[in-house]
Formats: sequence, structure tokens, C-alpha cells
Amino acid sequence: MSKLKENLKEFAKYPSAVAGTIIIVLLIIAAIIVVIKIPYDTAVSKWRGGEEVWGRNPRNVPPTWFNWFRTDKLIESIELGLEDEGVEVTEVVTEGGTRISTIIFPLNYYYATFPQDIVFYFNSKYESRPPHVSIRVVTPDDREIRVGSFGVRNSYTYPISQDSKLKKNLGNISPQIGLFIQKGDESRTAVQGDYQFVVEAINFEENSTLDVDFVLQGQVFGWAGTDHMRRDIGLPLLWGIPVALVFGLLAAVGTSVLTMIFAAIGTWYGGWVDGLIQRLTEINMVLPFLPILIMVGTFYSRNLMTILGVTIALSIFTGGIKSYRAMFMQIKESTYIEAARAYGASDGRIISKYLIPRIIPLLLPTLISSVPAYVFLEASLALLGVGDPVVPTWGKVINDAYENAALYRGQYYWILEPAVLLMITGLAFAMLGFALDRLFNPRLRGM
Amino acid sequence: MGTMVESAKPVVQEKKKNSSTSTFIRVIRYSGVRIVSLFVTVVVGIYLTIMIANMGGYVDQMMKASIQENVTMSIAMDPAYRNMEPATKAKLAEERIASEIERLGLDQPLAVRTVRYLRNALTLNLGRAQHLTSDSGSRNVRQIIIERLPYTLLLMGSSELVLFFSTLFLALSLSRHYGSFWDKVTVTLSPLSSIPPWFFGIFLVLIFAAELKILPFSGVIDAPIPPTWIGRTLSILKHLILPAGSLFISSFFISLYNWRTFFLIYSSEDYVETAKAKGLTSREIERRYILRPTLPTIITSFALLLIGVWTGAMITETIFKWPGLGSITYRAIGLYDTPVIVGTTIIYAYLLALTVFLLDFIYALVDPRVKVGGGGSAQ
Repeated sequence: MSKLKENLKEFAKYPSAVAGTIIIVLLIIAAIIVVIKIPYDTAVSKWRGGEEVWGRNPRNVPPTWFNWFRTDKLIESIELGLEDEGVEVTEVVTEGGTRISTIIFPLNYYYATFPQDIVFYFNSKYESRPPHVSIRVVTPDDREIRVGSFGVRNSYTYPISQDSKLKKNLGNISPQIGLFIQKGDESRTAVQGDYQFVVEAINFEENSTLDVDFVLQGQVFGWAGTDHMRRDIGLPLLWGIPVALVFGLLAAVGTSVLTMIFAAIGTWYGGWVDGLIQRLTEINMVLPFLPILIMVGTFYSRNLMTILGVTIALSIFTGGIKSYRAMFMQIKESTYIEAARAYGASDGRIISKYLIPRIIPLLLPTLISSVPAYVFLEASLALLGVGDPVVPTWGKVINDAYENAALYRGQYYWILEPAVLLMITGLAFAMLGFALDRLFNPRLRGM
Repeated sequence: MGTMVESAKPVVQEKKKNSSTSTFIRVIRYSGVRIVSLFVTVVVGIYLTIMIANMGGYVDQMMKASIQENVTMSIAMDPAYRNMEPATKAKLAEERIASEIERLGLDQPLAVRTVRYLRNALTLNLGRAQHLTSDSGSRNVRQIIIERLPYTLLLMGSSELVLFFSTLFLALSLSRHYGSFWDKVTVTLSPLSSIPPWFFGIFLVLIFAAELKILPFSGVIDAPIPPTWIGRTLSILKHLILPAGSLFISSFFISLYNWRTFFLIYSSEDYVETAKAKGLTSREIERRYILRPTLPTIITSFALLLIGVWTGAMITETIFKWPGLGSITYRAIGLYDTPVIVGTTIIYAYLLALTVFLLDFIYALVDPRVKVGGGGSAQ
């Protein structure tokens, strides 16, 4: 017990090791929470769902917290339904049984920037005569602008930016801008204040219903922003944590443990077994690692677990096996192995009970140091377009961003968010691994 | 990378009185065994690559399907055949498909074909690409590779050589000033090298291309191409900075840390202490007692670096749209262009085998304790 304490004390001397451990623990906790809160199926359907999942989000906008660092605030995205607070609904029934409801969606508009779009989502149920709606906007300076009026058959989406008639009325300025400026204002300064989007709906039938959603697609969205398909980047950022950890750890553990076992077997049996392992290692050097992974991804399967398996298989017979072999060579000669042999221990027993346990402390630094390489490998493969097509990961986000020239267009958040997460994860393992290496390796102690 | 190269640990042998003939025979026999074993390694490695590049025959199926579609489409679209009877048309299509399949050798069984591919690859008869062409329009794989090679050599050569020598000499000076500020900085920053080059590339592009707008995003030369010789050189160099820089930064800290630690371990040997006690200058100590015993390791990593220079950096080249071997390999995979994939692999395999073979002799030259083919080697 005191030895453990001593080790911990020694460990605490390396601030990078402590920092790395803390980050890794936090990442693991985050990964567990993510997987519980957003189960795999939900994540996949949210990521691959289609327009109905993310169609209401603005396209390619940075996260909301961008506003904390800006004096001229970017307009935030708003989504209002009939039941939401602040939305006024009044209904008048005329003599003929026609119901006229007035729905007012308020908008506190204190921004210098304009929304990407304003979209009304209608959903109606009727028998023969569809409900009719007309929309108008009341500006802070009490102008009233007629936006549009039409019948609503079943479900209907009305994005004001697409209304060419309205655009013409506003002096050939896109409606999402034109509604918020004085007509004919060349400088396009927004009129700030409280706006009202008034929807007047006429239900001709007694049982017909009409549901309206008001969606303002702003210039910022959520805590992570959106991508070119209007998807919330927050999802892959969160889901990237468990994927990166699982891929990195499984690959690192699989590779180092299998390498060690093969090295132990080769050293113990010697002869042709050892020779075979050596030859395999040499052949593996000739094989191009990354091209093979890409070929497997392109020709065969991009499934994360397939790629993981191939990665491990290609990483077993590499440099590591030689250094393990050198260590096992030393241990093989020690007297306690001789003693084990003397009492008649089987080969398997000696390998598993006497050879391998001696190496495990030396395994740990190598294992942890190799995690970042695999975490980045997954991202690299995704960047090359052979990432898992289903699972949302950091690499996928970077790939999307890169293919859509995010850096060129100044959409830095798109690349930087996953990049920073990748970097934090990679560095945490690397810092811990380096410190452990110096701690366990007597030749490096204090160096 | 350094697995095929035997660890630089010298094999100390009892001094025997070897006649020069027995040394000669030993060297010859060792060389023979080594050449055969390396050749077998290359053969097996290349054959595996060929099998993977054909995905065990899966790629053939796809190619046959695509030939069928292309031929049928071209006949259907060709106005010359518009008035032809459907039966004749079908026959024509069939004939063309058959001849196309024969041209690509797809009518033979996979085993026969892969062995033929192997023989061609080993004799450096790289054949013709299936889809890719060189910039001059040639389908010749050798032409494609030769066209790309200068760019890869420029990119990898400049970054790797600068990296090698800068870290080597900086590390020597760090090992002299163990525990100094810069030494601590190196140790602290060494984990940064777990980040791959393309990742640094993104940040470099963000800073120098997107924000400061002083360096190009990607590519190899300005468009339009500058008319003068000097203009072209400067333009290529300008495009070289970011990709070479990201390759350099990615390996800089770990390389520096490794060399520094390596030299530190050697400078804590007893004979170095003795030399210090004798009053030798630090420069003399460095040359005689630190660089001399570490020379095999330095040569090994330099040799591996030289091989690496020939292979290109696939991801970095791809994201910087640098027309080197790495990016052509990536494109070849995307187009299922097996000859190009195998072509780049075989060149690498031969270079690697040759280097490994030569290193044994170089060790014997620089380290008097090592004997070529000496017994008890780590084989």
C-alpha cells in the first residue's frame, strides 16, 4: 500500500500526467453521459435523418456563443409554435360558421444583422375547403407590410425568402432583409424594435384545423453551429467523444496486447515460430499501411469496427514486437523461469503467468502513448472520405468542412470545434503516456 | 518504421584469428541469405498488396460491370448505330465488351492474373493505368510516377532533411544543457507530436492563407504560371511553405525529444565521465564519445528518412492538392486503379529492402565491433 502511495506521489510530480489524467477522466464521463442521453439509433437518425430533422435550422451558421465576443450581435434562431409563450391567438366566429383566428408571433429585433430566412410551417386538416391564411408584418415604426396570402392544403412550408412577389414589393431586396429596413434605404440599416408577424387564418369548415410554426433562421445556432446541410454540429461533436475513445483505446489495447502475446510466444518457443514472426514483421513493413486501410474502406467496408480490426491486424507485427522480444529474451533467462520449468509448468502457463505479467507495467506507457495516433487515424480516414458513413464523428465534421471549403469561406468554427476536441483528446493521452514512460523507464527517470 | 533494421546494438565477439578468406566466405554467404530472405519478403508483401488492391476479385466484378455499362451506353448514344437492328446492336456490344475485357486481361482467372501482375511488378514492368493519366496524357504507370516524383521529392526532401539536421544539432546542444529552460520546453511540448501533419496544416492554412492571406491555400504553382524561370521557382517555393511546414512541425518536437534523450543516455556513460575527468573539451567529447557510438542509429534513421522521402505523405499531399506520389496513390485507390497502387508500393518495397541490406554493411564500416554476418545476431 505504501508503495502505491509512493508511486502516486511520484506521479503527482508530473503536472502533465495529472492534467492528462483529469482530461481523460472527464472525457470518459462525458462519453458515458452522451451514450446514455443520445442512444446510438437516435444519434444516427438525427445525423442521417433528412430534411424533416434539420430543415428548420439555418445553414452554415456559427454557434450562439459567438455573440459573447461580438459587439454587433448576430441574430439568434427562433422557433415558435401556437402554444409557446408570447404567441397571441384570438379567434372570432362569424355568422356563417367561419372561424377567423389571428396569430401574432412577436419578434424582439435588436440586431444589426438579418436572418437567413423566416419560414412558416403550416399543417391543416379539412374536408373539402382548405383554410386560407394571410400574413402581414407590423414593424416597430408602425408600418404594415403584406407578406402573402394563400390557401393551405395539408402541409405547406412558406419561406419568405422565396417569395418573388414580396421581393418585388420591397424594392427588389430579399424579403428576409427588406422587411427589416426602411424601403429604399441604400445603406440597409436595420430598423430595431418589436416586430409582429401576424397570421390571419380563416377556417371555412367547422372541423378544419390549422397549425402554424414560425421559424426564424438566424445567423447563429445552438452551442456548436450548423453545417452545410443545416445539421446541428453539436451532435457529432458529442458523439465524437465515445467514438474517438472507443476507437483509440480498443486499437491501442488490441495492438499492444496482441503484439506482446506474439512476442512472448515467439521468444519462448524460439526456432521456426520466432522466425515466422520475424518474417511477418518484415513483410508487414513492405505493406503500405494507410493505402491498405483506404483500400479496405473504399472496396470493402467503411464500418468503424472493420477498419478497427484491419488497423489492429496491420499494427501487430511492427517495431513494437522487436522491443518486446528483447525484453522477453532477458526475462526468459531469469532464475524464476528456470524454477517454473523445474516444477514442470507448461509452456502456456509460463507464458501467461510468468512472462507476460512482468512486461505489463512497461506496456502501459506504450499503450497510452499510442492512443492519440489511433484517435487521429480515425479522423484522418474520415478526412480522406473513408470514415464510417453512419456514425457522426469529429473526422466527419472536418471532412464535410474541408470539402465545402470552410476555411476559404471563413467558417472557422466548423473546422476548429472538432479540431480542438481532437487535439485535447490526443494531447491528454500523449501527456499521460510521456509522463508514464519517464516514470516507468528507469533510464529515462528524471530526464 | 525501423523494425526491419536490426537494432544498433553491436554484437561483441571474441577476437578470433580469422583468415581473410573465411571472412570473405562469411560475408558472401551472409549476403546471399540476406538477399534471398529480403527478396522473399518483398515478393510476399507485394503479392498481398496486389490481392488487397484487387480485393480478392471484387474489383474485377466492378470493372466488368462498368465496361458493360460504358460500351452499351456508347453504342446507344452513337448516332452511327441509330438505324441498326437491336439484335446486331446487342451482338456488337457483346463483341466490344469481350474485347475490352480481354484487353484488360479480365478473362483470365484471378490467380493467373495476380501472378502475372506480381511478375510484372517485380520486374518493374509497371504496365498501364486503368483510369489515371499523366499530365502529358500517358496511361503509362511509370510515366505517371515519374511525373509525380519530383514534387514528392521536393516536399518530403525539404521538410525531412531540414527536420533531421535541425533536430539533430539542436538535440546535441540541448543534451549539453540538460535541465535548461529550452530543454524543459522541449520535454513539455513533445506530446504535440501526437498530432498528425494535416492537422497542423489546417491551422497553418487558417492563419497564413485564410486570415493573413500571404500564402496560398493549396496547389503547387500560381495560375497563370509565371513566365520567367525565377518567377516559377519562387511561386513553387511559396506553395511549398505550408505543406512542408506542417510536415516539419508535426515531427519536430518528438524528433528533438528523442534525439536529446538518446544523447543524454549516451552522455551519462562512464567513459564520457572519464573523458570529462581527463579534461577534454566538450566538443571533443561530443565527437569522440557521443557521436561515434551513436553513429549507427543516426545512419539508420537517416536511411529510413531517405526511403520515406520517396513515398510521399498521402494525407498532407491530398489536402494541399500537392501533385505528388501520395496524392496520386489516393486518387488511384478511389478509381480502383490497381496498377498505380502496386507501382508505388513496389518502388517503396525495393528501396526499403535495398536500404536494409546496405545498412548491415554500413554498420560494419562505422562500428568496428560489428561484423557482417557475425554469429549471434538478433536474427
